[in-house]
Amino acid sequence: MGNWSFLVVAVVITALAFDFTNGFHDTANAMATSIATGALPPRIAVAISGALNLVGAFLSTEVAKTISGGIVNDTLVTPSMIFAGLVGAIVWNLVTWVLGLPSSSSHALFGGLIGATWVGAGVKGVHFSVVTEKILIPAVASPLIAGVVAMTATYLAYVITQRGRRQEVTRGFRAGQIASASLVSLAHGTNDAQKTMGVITLTLISAGVLSHGSGPPWWVVTVAGTAIALGTYVGGWRIIRTMGKGLTDIESPQGFAAETSATTVILASSHLGFALSTTQVCSGAILGAGIGRRLAEVRWSVAGRMALAWVFTLPAAAAVGGVAAAVAEQGTVGITVVFVAAIAVAAGIYAVSRRNPVHAANVNDHPTTPIMSPSQASA
Amino acid sequence: MNIKWTALGEVAVVAFAVGVAIVVIFAVGVLAWSVRPAAGADRRQAGTLATVAAGLCFLACALIVCYGIYLIVPQLH
Repeated sequence: MGNWSFLVVAVVITALAFDFTNGFHDTANAMATSIATGALPPRIAVAISGALNLVGAFLSTEVAKTISGGIVNDTLVTPSMIFAGLVGAIVWNLVTWVLGLPSSSSHALFGGLIGATWVGAGVKGVHFSVVTEKILIPAVASPLIAGVVAMTATYLAYVITQRGRRQEVTRGFRAGQIASASLVSLAHGTNDAQKTMGVITLTLISAGVLSHGSGPPWWVVTVAGTAIALGTYVGGWRIIRTMGKGLTDIESPQGFAAETSATTVILASSHLGFALSTTQVCSGAILGAGIGRRLAEVRWSVAGRMALAWVFTLPAAAAVGGVAAAVAEQGTVGITVVFVAAIAVAAGIYAVSRRNPVHAANVNDHPTTPIMSPSQASA
Repeated sequence: MNIKWTALGEVAVVAFAVGVAIVVIFAVGVLAWSVRPAAGADRRQAGTLATVAAGLCFLACALIVCYGIYLIVPQLH
């Protein structure tokens, strides 16, 4: 031990790849509604979000002490299981991205690790009570709480500004959206970049490259921050379109109410000790903002597909992680096979995405949903 | 199994109170700001009052945002 084995290099590279997908999967959380209402031009929005994610990565000093937060028994987890778990998470993130569905990157990571640990160390390595506490309950609670807050806030925002001049009101809320969206990005950077830093640091410790109890070296902080910022900047335009245009038609008061509600729920949850999922909070807030405005149409079919993706995130990532672990446990050849397979899958998904590309220029077009009415098509 | 229902309840209550409060204050500010030019023409006092009210609302929101940044950045604690 004590040196850079092939496995350690593979874990670091896949961890950074996961971080990148984490970034572009979650750009939508902060910026979807700002882009949809025109508060920020798409390119500027992702640039701000990327920069704040980078800043957030450097600000977060408290790097995760455990890889999974107790969901799996960390003493049984080997670097090859971490590698397999990361592959599972990346594959699921790419699948949901190409479908344009926002799903929690943390849940994908946990799912991948659960699957890999289950296969590699047996079912005793998975703490199912912690899974309930940290994943199942928050998955139900996050969108509910954020949705109720955003619904009430949106309703009141419209009632209060009813007598104001419409143009000025729209401009005012747009300005407010820039601040609220930026706060979401900063909070995201401090939370999510450190997860990857934790995974890399703990792998380096287990390989003997770093001594026990050491924090992340500066280069880990730098590359992890850069990976998530780059991912954010590249922008998961498909997911941005679903959240900004697919769920409901967002006006600037709704966008402000949704982002403000999401920010307060995220900050309250991280400071009162009940971790909620950022993606699910933001999606719930947008839904709530849709319900809160009278006559706004909420496309429940889109919401339904999203909820389905949330239900499948953990088992699907676990399945991929489990298969990857079974192969990767066979040694260097196995790891190479998984590595090559992961690259092939990613390339395949990218090729599929090119058939119907979504980018900064067409992100605000309506996605083709089965229930689209003629009035929306012309809007 | 140890689910922290109290913590979850606290999150719900605090997030509701703070989230709704910020949006209400900001909305009042936006309203005051948007009626300001109309009032300013012949009733200058009303215009000034609206501007001041809007300013106070936005200031309150700015302070809450600063507190939010304080909560996000661990170095400030």
